[in-house]
Amino acid sequence: MTHHPDQSLPGSRQSSILGSILGRSDARRTGAGRVVGLAALAAVVALLPLLLPNAFYFDVAIRIAILAVNGIALNLLMGYTGQISLGHAGFFGLGAYGSAVLTTHFGWTPLPALLAAAGLTAVIAWGVARVILRLRGHYLAMATLGLGIIISIVLGNEAAWTGGPDGMPVDGFSLFGLTLSGERQWYWVFGGLLIGTVVLAQNLIDSPAGRALQALHGSETAASVAGIDVGRRKIAVFVLSATVSAMLGSLSAHYSGYINPGIAGFLQSVELVIIVVLGGMASIYGSIFGAVVMGLLPQILAGYEGWDSVLFGVILVVTMIFLPRGVVPSLATRLRSARLAGKGGAAC
Amino acid sequence: MRFFKLMVGVVCALAIGVPALPAPAADPVKVGAVLSLTGGASSLGDPELKTLEMMVDQTNKAGGLLGRPVELVHYDDGSEPGKANVLAKRLIEDDKVDMLIGGTTTGASMAMYPLVERAQVPFISLAGALVIVEPVKRWMFKPAHHDRMVGQRVMLDMKARGYTSIAMLSDTSGFGQSARKEMLNVAQKVGVTVAVDETFNPKDTDVTTQLAKIKNAPGVQALFVVTFGQGAVVVTKNIAQLGIELPHYETSGVATREYIRLAGPAAEGVRLPAPVLMVAADLPDSDPLKKLSVDYVREYESRYKTDVSSFGAYARDAWHIWVNAVTLAKSVDKAKVRDFIENTTGLPGTSGMINMSPQDHLGLDISALKIVTVRNGKFAIAD
Repeated sequence: MTHHPDQSLPGSRQSSILGSILGRSDARRTGAGRVVGLAALAAVVALLPLLLPNAFYFDVAIRIAILAVNGIALNLLMGYTGQISLGHAGFFGLGAYGSAVLTTHFGWTPLPALLAAAGLTAVIAWGVARVILRLRGHYLAMATLGLGIIISIVLGNEAAWTGGPDGMPVDGFSLFGLTLSGERQWYWVFGGLLIGTVVLAQNLIDSPAGRALQALHGSETAASVAGIDVGRRKIAVFVLSATVSAMLGSLSAHYSGYINPGIAGFLQSVELVIIVVLGGMASIYGSIFGAVVMGLLPQILAGYEGWDSVLFGVILVVTMIFLPRGVVPSLATRLRSARLAGKGGAAC
Repeated sequence: MRFFKLMVGVVCALAIGVPALPAPAADPVKVGAVLSLTGGASSLGDPELKTLEMMVDQTNKAGGLLGRPVELVHYDDGSEPGKANVLAKRLIEDDKVDMLIGGTTTGASMAMYPLVERAQVPFISLAGALVIVEPVKRWMFKPAHHDRMVGQRVMLDMKARGYTSIAMLSDTSGFGQSARKEMLNVAQKVGVTVAVDETFNPKDTDVTTQLAKIKNAPGVQALFVVTFGQGAVVVTKNIAQLGIELPHYETSGVATREYIRLAGPAAEGVRLPAPVLMVAADLPDSDPLKKLSVDYVREYESRYKTDVSSFGAYARDAWHIWVNAVTLAKSVDKAKVRDFIENTTGLPGTSGMINMSPQDHLGLDISALKIVTVRNGKFAIAD
């Protein structure tokens, strides 16, 4: 069985399980591609501030970076490992509220609060994953959906700690006596975080562990036959994904200065799923693309009440029909096959 | 064909060019609004926006403000407080507005406030909860009675009519929970016992479970429903279906004719405290609030062919508080305008006489809240 990266069948990236496990994915070529992609991303992050006229645009850029990191975290779980989660915003909310409650009610400083919130979320995710990752398909979707809703209900009802549905204010992020203030400083934090997440995710995907995840996406039976501890791998990626979201939630709570249970709600989870599906399952840059679209559209359409939901729906339907693997992977495949066809023509 | 195109071009040029000609040279004064035009609180946000648009037109027709035209920039927060925070940033940083109106809901107003304080922009919230003005926040004001006053008014009416043991049904929204807390405090002070304390989700389409409990509770003399919008309609209809005969109180959050229309005959006899606006026509001519309230109702209804609500009226009052302050300050300088808003005195509004101070960013007293009842499909002064 040989590896055909250019095959346009859905899920073809994962289709050659043995190839992936044996590490025969053409690592050198993707290695070069990775550096180019990363350099391009870093250049965009570094140069973007020159184009942003005021703090509001910095804010939009920051919110896109937050969506992108969250999207990548979810993509590791959904796109690469094939485990759907409809409750991922819940983990984001746990991180945000963990930080907010620990700093506001217990007087913790932000960094220990962030780590504690992330640790707590990791433990919760681990406990939950052991149970629900036995489920597959619709059942897993239902279980994660329920989990997300439970988290947002708890956050909304424990008013003594969380301020209830009205939300609660959160202090700024300070470390060693320095306080981050203003969108311009935060921009570099989230820009750096985005680049760091991309590096981490790409390294993970190309590592043996990452290939194991992609293998079990292709077929759990085949993967376990090949000696992969399917259950453990799934739990590990679920916990990793949840923890990244939680840390991101902590930072974004400190950044925006105000949180309410809506950030952990079902609609936020759906938005993350849309980012992953729209940009492309199993595509890191796809998640960034999805985040850019989902971050910009509401701002562009802010003057047309209600139409943003309509347009989101249309985009999702059109993507599912015409680009079922997501925008970035589909276009990349088309581009590549066009180039191959061109080369073939020259050879003739 | 070419002639036709030419004509189209000429007509277009005229259409674009003509209205631009008499445009005043001065920069417009910019007012930013974040309102809930879609989602759960849209029945509140819609009349607020309509009113603000009407106010802007009226002000511009009368020559603008300080000789400058006024421009309204508004965004919809979809009834999500988190969005209101982003949109407030956009209004402050990108649209560079001179003042902010909005936060249809308490959550949205509170989400906007940290930004407002940092940017130091005068901000008039249209939401209901006490937390907006207590403790006093330097840059935030509000023209609508808060939930504690609403609670006091209702409890005093209950006491006067001899109800001392009541059931309370509040919704789980920010408004409902904040109000519930206030109502329980007030009840204790006034000497009314809340014998049954139930909650419901404002998105529920059926509340009969909670109402059945209330119906079967012994010794309950009245029912106080603490909610607004669609939730109130569901509760009111359920009360009629279960045949609950208890005197039924609502908050000022249902002081809209839409409530009566949607709840139908079930709304008959419901008692609630409402700003004078809702019964303006019944007031004596000597009342200083009568003329402006009647005028507002007439202008709004003739312009939009739809009923007024108290929420639109809050937007009207917010607008007048700001215009009054700008006129006195003779400038739109944010700090100066803030000071003049804080010193608003004797300004008549649709909710009462407004007298603010550094300790009081509401400036209303309880006397302007009238207990009204629904009689023959209309609000009327009770008793």
